[in-house]
Order: sequence, then C-alpha cells, then structure tokens
Amino acid sequence: MGATGHEPRSLGLVETQRVVLFTEDNPLVLDSGETLAPVEVAFETYGERVPDDSNVVVICHALTGDANAAGHHGDPARPGWWDTLIGPGKPVDTDRVFVVSANLLGGCQGTTGPSSINPATGAPYGLRFPLFTVPDLVKVQRALLAHLKIERVLAAVGGSLGGMQVLQWALDYPDDIAHGIVVCATARLSAQNIAFSAVARAAIMNDPDFQDGDYYGAGKGPDHGLTVARMMAHITYLSEESMRQKFGRRIQDRDEPRFELGVDFQVESYLQHQGKAFLDRFDANSYLYLTRVMDYFDPFADAEYVRARLAATKTKFLVLSFDTDWRFDTSHSRDIVRTLTAHRVPVTFREISSPHGHDSFLLDVPEYHRTVAAYVARALEEAQH
Amino acid sequence: MRSDHSVIASMVPVGSRVLDLGCGDGTLLAELIHRGANGLGMEITDDGVVTCLQRGVPVLQADIDEGLGDLEDDSFDIVILSLTLQAVHHPALVLGEMARVAPRSIVSFPNFAHWRLRTQLAVSGRMPVSPLLPYAWHETPNIRLCSIKDFEALAHAEGFTVEQRVLLDVSGDVSGAAARRVPNLFAAGAVYLLER
Repeated sequence: MGATGHEPRSLGLVETQRVVLFTEDNPLVLDSGETLAPVEVAFETYGERVPDDSNVVVICHALTGDANAAGHHGDPARPGWWDTLIGPGKPVDTDRVFVVSANLLGGCQGTTGPSSINPATGAPYGLRFPLFTVPDLVKVQRALLAHLKIERVLAAVGGSLGGMQVLQWALDYPDDIAHGIVVCATARLSAQNIAFSAVARAAIMNDPDFQDGDYYGAGKGPDHGLTVARMMAHITYLSEESMRQKFGRRIQDRDEPRFELGVDFQVESYLQHQGKAFLDRFDANSYLYLTRVMDYFDPFADAEYVRARLAATKTKFLVLSFDTDWRFDTSHSRDIVRTLTAHRVPVTFREISSPHGHDSFLLDVPEYHRTVAAYVARALEEAQH
Repeated sequence: MRSDHSVIASMVPVGSRVLDLGCGDGTLLAELIHRGANGLGMEITDDGVVTCLQRGVPVLQADIDEGLGDLEDDSFDIVILSLTLQAVHHPALVLGEMARVAPRSIVSFPNFAHWRLRTQLAVSGRMPVSPLLPYAWHETPNIRLCSIKDFEALAHAEGFTVEQRVLLDVSGDVSGAAARRVPNLFAAGAVYLLER
C-alpha cells in the first residue's frame, strides 16, 4: 500500500520527451573548463504539477538507467527500472507528486553522450567526448528543471550513482532541494570499488574491436569487452545469499554436469544472458565515461567547502543502505551520515535488511518501501503547511 | 506531555543541538524541536524509526550498545538518555560515548531501591513490578536495574559531575519532601543533568 492507502497501480503507457538545453551560443561549461554543445536531454514526467510546484520529485538514475523510470513504452511486461517505487499508490505516489526523470549526461538513451554526433566533425564523439563529473550531471539536471520552470524541488531521489547526484546537488545548490533521498550510495568509492571499475574498462578497451572508441558504424564494436564488464558488475549487484538462493550450484537445463569449459552452471548462463542483453541497450563508451565519473566522485574532499555548504543547505536527508549490499556497503552510507550529522544537517538513516544485495534498491523490499512512503508523505505534509 | 519529559525539556536550553538516545517514537524530540532545538534521535526499533519520520523527527537507526561511531566528538550540545539506561547492555560504554559527543548529558532512570520495590521483593519474594518497570522478569527489556546510589557512583567513576538532580515519584511527577530527604528510599526515579 502506498502513502495514500490505495492499491498501487502502474502508470501505464508513458513517453520520453527530448529537449536541447545547451546550444553553441549557450554551451554547457564543464567542471574541467571545457564546453559542450549541443546538449540534448531525454526525460519523462509523471503525475500532475500543483500550482505552487510544491510537489516536484526528481529521480536520478544509476550507472545504466534511463529516463523511463516507471510505466512502460508499450509492453507492460517491461516496465521502467524503478516501477516498483514510482506510480499511483506507490511510495513515490504519482497521484500526489509530479515526477521528473531524465537520462543523465554522457548516457546513451537519448541524452547527449559519447555516441552522439560531434558537430565539429559530423561523426560520433567517441573518446573525443570531454570528461565530466558528478557536478556536471547536476548542472544538466538543473538546466532541465529551469526549462520546465521549476525552481524548487520537494525531493530528489536516487540509488547508487543516482544518490551520489542527489548528495552533490544538495551541496552545490543548498536552496534547491527540500529533501534528498540517498539510497545505497557513497561519498567516495573505495579502492575495491575503483578496482572493479578498472577491470570493466580494461575489458572494453582491450577488446580488439574497440578501435580507440571509434567503433560506431564499423559493423563491430567491443561487444565481448562490454559483456564481460556487465557480467562482472552484475556479480557486485547481487549478494552471496541471493546467488545461492537463485542458482546454487545447479546445472543449466539438466541434472548432471557436462564437465566442459563452456557454460554449464546456471549462474554462468544467467550472467552471460545479462551481459548479452546489455549490448542491446548500452554503449561501451558511455560505460567508460560513467564509471570514471563515479571513480572521481569525492564531494566531501574539501572540508572548508563542505562546512560552508552544509551550514547553508536547506536539504534534509533520508539515507538508506541494505545489509547485504557489498557494492556500496553500509559503511559508505554511514560515512555520508557522519559528515551530514557533524554539520547539523537533519538526517534519517536506516540500514534495511534484504537478501538482494545492491540490487535491493530496485526491488520491492517492504521495509524499504514503507520507509520511503512514510518519508515522502511527511515531506508533502510539511510542504503544504 | 509526560512529566519526566517536562523536567528534561526544562534542562535543554532553547536552540541546543540535542541527541536523544533510544528516542522511541520521537515524542520528546518532537516537543524539543517544536521549542526550537536542532534534534536528532537514535532508535533501534523499526516501528519507532518509522513513527519518528512520520513526525518529521530526524533519527538514525542504530544500536547504542555498539557506541555512537556515526557521531563526531562534541557534535552536540546535550545528549539525552531517557528511561533507557536500564535497558542497555553496556551502561558505562554508553555514558562514555555520551561524554564524547557532548559536554552535557541528561539521564533519567527508575530507582530500583525505591521502598515499594524493596517491599514487594521482601514481602512477596517475587521480582517487583511497577508503573516505571511494568514487565515481568522473563520478558523485561530492563536488564541493568540500578539505584540512585549506584548510578551516582557510576556517573562519578565516568568523570561526570552532577549539575542538577530532579527526583520523581511513582507517577513520574516531581516528588515531594520525603524523597528529597532520603532519595534512594523514597524517589521512584530521577533525572540528572550531568557535566563531563
């Protein structure tokens, strides 16, 4: 049951819109000082805006998400990536809030990224796309809101890289967001996290078909590398417990092992399927850039900046982690909580018990959904007073 | 408002940064925040935490017996431990952590040496039950029962000085003259304002 107590439903058919937010005359100035134009952004909206815009919720997606957070594009069996959380009667209740969900900068699902055409050459950017940062992702999110004439946000919500954007946003623009909901995120990748990123990038860049990133239109790209990167990442999204439950040591399509080097165990077959399916929807260069964005993320590095910004911020936070998440385990969330609390920022924190590892944030974990529903309902109440 | 809560609230200067350990459903903190405090709760139960967030009370879900590792030294003006001391596994550790995160602490607890409890045990030979200690021995969360004398000895050993002490009667109100004369026998509970 959602915040309003009625049965949760699907949003049904939804559409992605596109808008050019930065042009040659008004380019996006990146953290690095480089400029980028044009920048087009793919986004979706759900629900109705109230006249004073006090019910706007921004959804920030993770590494491989897209604008289609909820509802579907024609096939109800393939809903958006956060359809468990967003919709009528769901914790982010679209009967009460107006949701904005955009594909992030550098992505490959409608927003400008390495696979977009470089106006200087007429060919895709590839590795000529400039490096960018989480603050740059936030600038583009804000430009979309400006285009929609939204000045203040009731809540910005994100898991993993999405949560990292919410955190950065609240730091960089202390007046924008009333509530930041940061789920299984981090303020700083660990050496182990970066190591996994490094292996994923090596798999892509060492693929003979990578062609220094200029594989577009070549008929073949770094499919093997991207598949391996996704297979490995997928392991980090699941927990030992969920893998044991889901696959154990079971053999694919039979009872006895084949005793061969090819795919034999169910877990192998599953990972290979995940890797292959990923090729249809993701660009290898985007994967390189976005994993790099995460590696360099370190919003609390400058203590003086953090002190000044957190003293000014109007954002209250809900920080959530999951006990079996080892991609960004609870210590990452606790680090965020420690810094925010030390600067007197109102924070609510829970470590939710769930067997599903990092992926829990995408799944229907009842205690998690109860918490988000209660928090969003309270935020709406506060906004209406 | 619960009267021990009134006593505690009177000890918290307006505008303080307050931490309430074992804040339950956030009743006290909501009142303190309403009075202008910047408050944070810490609570272990799922339902307590969800009720806090329904009230807009910021709360960290954590077990205070594991210490206050998420909180930096001196990050609060005052820490409250209200009717929770008797339910923790490691009272000395918790008091030490309180002293680390704030210069002042407020602790309230039921006095196990109150004459009614002594009489119950002496006469019936059964573990005492009272309004402040309402559970049967086998299901009580109150595992670290102490007297006023016991607590003062521990507070002293942990380096606290008592700045103020308010004695409570069985209904939780400020108690009368008899309790002031012989607190350990006639006070049903006590609220301490401590300085480290």
